[in-house]
Amino acid sequence: MATFNVWKTIKYLILIVMAVLFLTPVYVILVTSLKPLDEVSLANMWALPSAIDFSSYSHAFSELAPNFMNSVYLVIPATLLSALLGAMNGYVLSKWKFKGSELIFTVILFGMFIPYQSILIPLIQFLRNIELYNSIAGLVLTHVVYGLPITTLMFRNFYANIPDTMLEAAKIDGANFLGIFRHIIIPLSITGFVVVAIWQFTNIWNEFLFAVTITNSDSQPVMVALQNLSGSQIVQWNVQMAGALLAALPTLLVYILLGKYFVRGLLAGSVKG
Amino acid sequence: MAEQAVDRQEQEYPESRPQQPAAQKEKKPKKKISGDQWVAVGFLAPSFILVLIFVYGFIGWTGWVSVSNWNTLVPDFSFAGLKNYIYLFNDYRFQADLRNTVFFTILFIGLVIVMGLGLSILIDQKLRGESLFRNIFLFPMALSFVVTGVVWQWLLNPSTGYNQFLALFGIQPKWYTDTNILAGFEWGSIEFGLPVAIIAVVIAAVWQMTGFSLAMYLAGLRGIPDELREAARMDGASEFQIYKKVILPMLMPITVSVIIIMAHISLKIFDLIYAMTGSGANFVTDVPGVYMFETTFRGNYYANGAAIAIIMLLLVAVFIVPYLLANRRSDG
Repeated sequence: MATFNVWKTIKYLILIVMAVLFLTPVYVILVTSLKPLDEVSLANMWALPSAIDFSSYSHAFSELAPNFMNSVYLVIPATLLSALLGAMNGYVLSKWKFKGSELIFTVILFGMFIPYQSILIPLIQFLRNIELYNSIAGLVLTHVVYGLPITTLMFRNFYANIPDTMLEAAKIDGANFLGIFRHIIIPLSITGFVVVAIWQFTNIWNEFLFAVTITNSDSQPVMVALQNLSGSQIVQWNVQMAGALLAALPTLLVYILLGKYFVRGLLAGSVKG
Repeated sequence: MAEQAVDRQEQEYPESRPQQPAAQKEKKPKKKISGDQWVAVGFLAPSFILVLIFVYGFIGWTGWVSVSNWNTLVPDFSFAGLKNYIYLFNDYRFQADLRNTVFFTILFIGLVIVMGLGLSILIDQKLRGESLFRNIFLFPMALSFVVTGVVWQWLLNPSTGYNQFLALFGIQPKWYTDTNILAGFEWGSIEFGLPVAIIAVVIAAVWQMTGFSLAMYLAGLRGIPDELREAARMDGASEFQIYKKVILPMLMPITVSVIIIMAHISLKIFDLIYAMTGSGANFVTDVPGVYMFETTFRGNYYANGAAIAIIMLLLVAVFIVPYLLANRRSDG
């Protein structure tokens, strides 16, 4: 039994050391961003602040606030639209399969894995032509379209768990395609919508490549503004740390409050249902 | 009526049956194309058309740009043949990018798997505080690569960060500012070998993505019935043997999924490196994603950028296409 306990101690020790290492970035962010300006120095990175000072946050907030709102206006419609379309596609691809529907699914799914660099030049030309370049609306459209593969996949796998007999029963009662969708599928999809919405929210909020190429200055989302903040020579790194935390706050809160669904989305995104 | 039956369902477990399974004939009605089936096709059509245009059409368009002469602000679609590709493969920067991508991908995937597997096995030992540990390892997944890059450029800054602790042991790695190439040999115009600077970027990326493989492996471990371990124990297998002979083989499909998903993230990575280090001296931390962005949108070399993008796509396709096809077959 003694050896057993030694093993248990070792296991805890490894986990604790790894956990501490994983949390060091959080520690540095918090400590640095809460320091009074005169204590911020590279040599004292790990030292605790002598007093709590929020001036880094007010500075970072004044820099990031407009872009933060851009991200909000981007992420809400893009998440809702891509989830709704995903639900519609998933419904058809799981419950109304037809000849070739599996192929269509695979064709759609491939879009999930492409490097977006490979569609970026035409996308920007296209957005310029329809005058949505450098606009939040253009980014919404982009995220809805390129979000379709993952949301379709998630809903398809989710609906695969709804027994076909329920649909058969409804059909016998005279429900049609849309009736079944509205009265059976949608009410059963609440969990699915939560999982997909959280996943899309997190991805779109955190996305950078589309954001930095499709928008400039006024309509840039928060991640681009954060990158600019960190690339700037005149902004001190305590402000960068505060900015990083502010920009990460929405997705972190979602993770803390709804982590269970976040993990389900993460697992659902790995193709196998 | 169907609606009421549904309302009483547990939403989490849609497999529990309605009270009146009115399915009198168990045989599914033979597929004749009904009006509803057409509505279904119509439901799917807009998304499918969007994907055809925005994914496949645009890839074709990019391919066209990549063989054009469009290397200024003004679009020029005259045919250039493989000129841009030949340019890239002779280009010092692109050769460095390919080298960096190879080493980044190998180290990144290897570490994400080892860390995720190791931590998930430890967490699965029914220790106290397991959900706390799980949450600590998983939370970076909720962050943006930009946030990760901004923070880790300070943690791995040679003059501060972790080096302040490492100074106690007398070591001061130069992290992402190191221009050394380990075990290098001449290859094209570059030195091929492990760029030391890439290790710093790998550390940040592993910190962010370990949660993914951890969650995948944990789900896998939870799916292995206890009876299996019991049976192996009865047969006299040691704990180590149980993992080696029973558990790890059963986790193999998960490992394949993790490799595929990490590979495609790694091959197209852009934001982490752009935010954390940029190209680095001698392009030691440059990758195709960064080169594509800078040459296209900062330098207006659209055709070159398109060629880089197509090469990236081909690299990803090597991993993804067999995986998608295999998944499709096993679904059928």
